[in-house]
Amino acid sequence: MKRAAFTNRWLPILLLVPQISIIGIFFYWPAIHALRSSFYLQDPFGFSETFVGFSNYASLFNSPAYGRAAIFTVCFTLLVTILSLGIALLLAVKADKVVRGAKTYRTLLMWVYAVAPPVAGVMGLILFNQSWGPIADLFKSLGWDFALGVHYYDTAFAMVLISVWKQIPVNFIFFLSGLQSIPKSVREAAMIDNRSTAGRFWDVTFPLLAPTGFFLLITNITYSLFDTFGIIDTVVKGEPGNNPMTLVYKVYVDGFRGNDLGGSSAQSVVLMVLVLAMTVFQFRLVERRIHYT
Amino acid sequence: MTRVSILSAAALSMMASGVAAQTEITWWHAMGGALGETVNQIATDFNASQSEYQITPAFKGTYEEALTAGIAAFRAGEQPNILQVFDAGAATVIGARGATIPVQDLLTANGVEFDINDYISGVRYFYADSDDKMIGMPFNSSSPIMYYNLQAMEAAGVEAPKTWEEFEAVTAPALVEAGYTPLAQSHSPWIFAENFMSRHDLPFATNDNGYTGTDTQILINSPEIKMHWSHVKSWLDSGYYAWFGAGWGDNQTPFEEGKVAIWLGSSGSFGGLSKLDLPFEFSATYLPYWEAVTTTPTQTFIGGASLFAMSGKSDDENKATAAFFEFLTSPEVQYMWHQETGYVPITIAAYEMAQADGYYDRAPAAEVGIKQLSLPAGENTKGYRMGFYVQIRDVMNREFGRILGGETSVDDAFSAMEREGNELLAKFALTQAQ
Repeated sequence: MKRAAFTNRWLPILLLVPQISIIGIFFYWPAIHALRSSFYLQDPFGFSETFVGFSNYASLFNSPAYGRAAIFTVCFTLLVTILSLGIALLLAVKADKVVRGAKTYRTLLMWVYAVAPPVAGVMGLILFNQSWGPIADLFKSLGWDFALGVHYYDTAFAMVLISVWKQIPVNFIFFLSGLQSIPKSVREAAMIDNRSTAGRFWDVTFPLLAPTGFFLLITNITYSLFDTFGIIDTVVKGEPGNNPMTLVYKVYVDGFRGNDLGGSSAQSVVLMVLVLAMTVFQFRLVERRIHYT
Repeated sequence: MTRVSILSAAALSMMASGVAAQTEITWWHAMGGALGETVNQIATDFNASQSEYQITPAFKGTYEEALTAGIAAFRAGEQPNILQVFDAGAATVIGARGATIPVQDLLTANGVEFDINDYISGVRYFYADSDDKMIGMPFNSSSPIMYYNLQAMEAAGVEAPKTWEEFEAVTAPALVEAGYTPLAQSHSPWIFAENFMSRHDLPFATNDNGYTGTDTQILINSPEIKMHWSHVKSWLDSGYYAWFGAGWGDNQTPFEEGKVAIWLGSSGSFGGLSKLDLPFEFSATYLPYWEAVTTTPTQTFIGGASLFAMSGKSDDENKATAAFFEFLTSPEVQYMWHQETGYVPITIAAYEMAQADGYYDRAPAAEVGIKQLSLPAGENTKGYRMGFYVQIRDVMNREFGRILGGETSVDDAFSAMEREGNELLAKFALTQAQ
């Protein structure tokens, strides 16, 4: 391997400055502020504050509502990640085999990618509308008294469905390109060795897709935790009520809606620690088992 | 050459604005849709009524979003001159002494006559401090009232119920018989908690409903309100009451569609309802009460929002704000606002103007809100002042939803509201410590 080196000591530093300063201004600086705020209770207008030690954290862990949000977040993330990855993989494998009209078929599947999360949420609201939503009507005709915003699990169901629907195209694109980058020779060799389609998929295709899959696993978990904010916000329609909510949405509800800066800072610090732990876990344990070519 | 001309143009325009000497002020509000158009109309009328001041209204989203935007702007030194803050945010903005100029001081300092007794009794003290000094200027003031579908009442052969006992024993069964869902309401914490307290003159919090201190305890876990909610749940189970979630509109729509016969909403909903082409005639009356709790029901709290003059502005701008408030509280503007939106006129003079004009002969339901706010007052009906109240309302909404969804019992729900409410109040007290 060739080793490239800078002759000037300052040039690499100069090249790093834009990136470092962006991270510094938009991540480290607010993170430090959040950490500090989490130990205080502050008047929203900033006139006065009191140091309260770990009491913001203690009240989080003693709050049944926070516990419910945490449990919902875990279930929601698992469901959205598994379903959107699973369905996208199935679609990609099938689309990979289509010969006639392949492009139209693929474009149609990717279309949804262009929909922004809040727009997806609004579409969900229309489809699940209590009085005239077509999907709600369908469920009612099947004997399921579906009521968005009334029954906790119905609302959760709609949130999962909309989030999965929105995420499938992204996964589909990546899985499809992953499939298409598997060399033809490998596939043909596998064809000779194993006549079972399912067997070939699990023995050859799936391991070769692993790098793509790992990348998608991380992005999908991040998506479920953070990017679904817009969907949840539109589905609860500005009134959290007894609707399910994720931990990220709760940070917003308590901090930006309720003006409790200390409590919501403590929540974001908890989330930061969680993300840090997850990243370490993913790269230490999962990454080792993946082979990149 | 170009640069020179740009500079001279800039200089010229500065001189021009110096000549006109118009003081510009900004007004951040949360009035969307048709309400927003009326707000813009008021601003346009004010700008046209004189040449010294220019007001620019800006829509900032929901009540919660407008408050948060105002707070963030204040911390950045970019606050508007006037910020609209809703009832639940009153403690936050009034607690932050120094964030606003009490409207009473602002007006008297700028030579505008001010007498709190010019305001109708229900709106006088909600946005006042413990010394009864008015801090925020009541703007869109409403109260929860009972709307009912006249055709439905006729079909069922009943009158609008005065008490909840009557509703349960007579009205609701007859309406069910006639094929209607008897009751829906759009804001559980406001209608079935806060105004449950005021209508029955029950204390809502210690410290005189929170006005005289920050070490306040919420008194939500009382036998009367638990009795009410046990009935609400049994009404839901027997089809007397329908609940469509925490959203306002979801509960109003079935009434507009003629499926629900009685809807508890805001007196400020009147303007919107009368502009709709409803398939039935409707009217309105007072919020029912429990005869078992009181035989002398009292007035309700005002809801809606008020306007706060933000501090940190020049004397000239404050003068403009005072002039705008004077314009806004004039009987003509209040009467226009009342007619367009259904919000109550906040001054007695405006109310009298509407009466003299025969408005209530033409639209009797439009008077219900103001009449209910003018019912006899009680010890606990002036209002309430609790910090982090947006969150306390969210807790109530959550627990009410869980009661109705069968996820929790009335007893457990109210002890949860009491516990979490008191935790939030204790936290708020710490934010206010100097």
